[in-house]
Amino acid sequence: MRNNKLNILTNGVVKSNPTFRLVLGTCPTLAVTTQALNGLAMGAAVTFVLLCSNVMISILKNVIPDRVRIPAFVVIIATFVTVVQMVMQKFLPSLYEALGVFLPLIVVNCIILARAEAFASCNPVLDSALDGIGMGFGFTLSLTFIGIVRELLGAGSFFGLPIGSLGNVSMTVFILPAGGFLVYGTLMALVNFLTRIAENRKYEKSAEHIASAEKEA
Amino acid sequence: MGKFIVSSSPHVANKRTVSGIMLEVLIALCPAVFVSVYVFGFYALFLEILSVGAAVGAECLFNLIMKKEQTYKDCSAMVTGLLLALNLPVSVPFYVPIIGSAFAIIFVKMLFGGIGKNFANPAIAGRIFLLLAWASFMTSFVEPINWDRGGAFKYFACILEGQNGLKDVAAITTATPLSALRSSVQYAKDLPIWKMFLGYIGGSLGETSALAVLIGGAYLIVRRIIDWRIPLTFIGTVALFALIYGAAKGNAGAFILPSLFGGGLFLGAFFMATDYATTPNSKWGLVVFAFGCGLITSLIRFFGNYPEGVSFAILLMNICTPLIDKAIHPRPFGAVKAKKGGAK
Repeated sequence: MRNNKLNILTNGVVKSNPTFRLVLGTCPTLAVTTQALNGLAMGAAVTFVLLCSNVMISILKNVIPDRVRIPAFVVIIATFVTVVQMVMQKFLPSLYEALGVFLPLIVVNCIILARAEAFASCNPVLDSALDGIGMGFGFTLSLTFIGIVRELLGAGSFFGLPIGSLGNVSMTVFILPAGGFLVYGTLMALVNFLTRIAENRKYEKSAEHIASAEKEA
Repeated sequence: MGKFIVSSSPHVANKRTVSGIMLEVLIALCPAVFVSVYVFGFYALFLEILSVGAAVGAECLFNLIMKKEQTYKDCSAMVTGLLLALNLPVSVPFYVPIIGSAFAIIFVKMLFGGIGKNFANPAIAGRIFLLLAWASFMTSFVEPINWDRGGAFKYFACILEGQNGLKDVAAITTATPLSALRSSVQYAKDLPIWKMFLGYIGGSLGETSALAVLIGGAYLIVRRIIDWRIPLTFIGTVALFALIYGAAKGNAGAFILPSLFGGGLFLGAFFMATDYATTPNSKWGLVVFAFGCGLITSLIRFFGNYPEGVSFAILLMNICTPLIDKAIHPRPFGAVKAKKGGAK
């Protein structure tokens, strides 16, 4: 049973990573990852909203009528997005400026709606919370990673710190939208490649296991 | 009675091979390469060799990593590399052609399935990638060298830092005729048209001399490597819109020749817009394709933010090619036009 909880938590990070495996929320992914810090902040905001909305929807799942569940979800999500937005505007105004319209757009972020619809509306509260944390963490990780690559290639810096004289030879294209698509696609190919290797290894291991079991028998 | 041979179409083949066609293109590019060395010195040749080497190297490396059959023998990577180099200004650091060629080959050609399956001309896409990546390198042009005063190796000073490596930057930076084309009628009139035609002006390596590109293009048309419809329509459309623009400004003829001989129009029309994989199949489709190229080029040149629009025009029309092919079907070999009111 304990293992099951852990599975729910890690599911969003590796096996169904929202960015690289489910390909959800690509719009903010491509738009805000011009800098690693922006990616991290966006990921953190989404994680908070995801956790809160998953818990809330899970609590209210028996009360919400089936026919109007989507509007109800959106209202719940919008509440938490407004909280994030106000907090950020007050305490992190520069980040608030950098994320711009994509902060309020978290309301219609596919990941959050998808988890509400597919998971939180039919699972207990604790599981939904774990799922929210896992998915949010996976999203944050991917966004930060894309942001690091784009910032390094496009501006020659790492979380805003310039690295040597790399800035002189950096390629502006990577902080333009075209570079966002390039980096996203290439990283997704890389993730798929690594996953395939891992799956092959697992398959071989299980095949060996079966073979040895048969021998014993 | 002889053996029956059962095979799928096509049944008629000629002796042309991919490597043969690509070698002809390389031959046709020779005049442009000679002129580039004459105008800009040996650093131009160095860049061209580097770019070709990087393109072939990237293709070999990709095939090696993906465990595929080596395809460098078809010479298409060499053509891509050389075309990309001819699209660069001479004052770029050495890594610019290397990264550009590697991007063109790996991202535009090999990832989409190799030769014949690329969605856009690799050299064009590589050039645009470089333009977006290093706008300052790609849009700063220097004056031709002076052979008498030992200028042949002058631009080797650019090898690491580009134009910043040259001591007297301000003295040799020059605007291309195109960049000021839209400014005024008087400016257009004062341009040295003959110099532009022969190529003794600032600009990208291969595009300065309209004459050299014209010789190569004529060779390709005579050898039937490329279809004459694309360059003729492309250049004709640009001339037409220059005429209209000139007429609107009060002097109909002033912009035509500068539009034709300035910038990369000839290089684009003869060598880049004629890639087989990224152009329509039908004759009228080619005309539509080339008209679109000319229209977008003119619009960007006269009204856009970038001084040159040839590469963007070709890239956009490359992407439109499947749509043009859908609208205009080629006539199947031997097909007869259906009569009006005849049976379906």
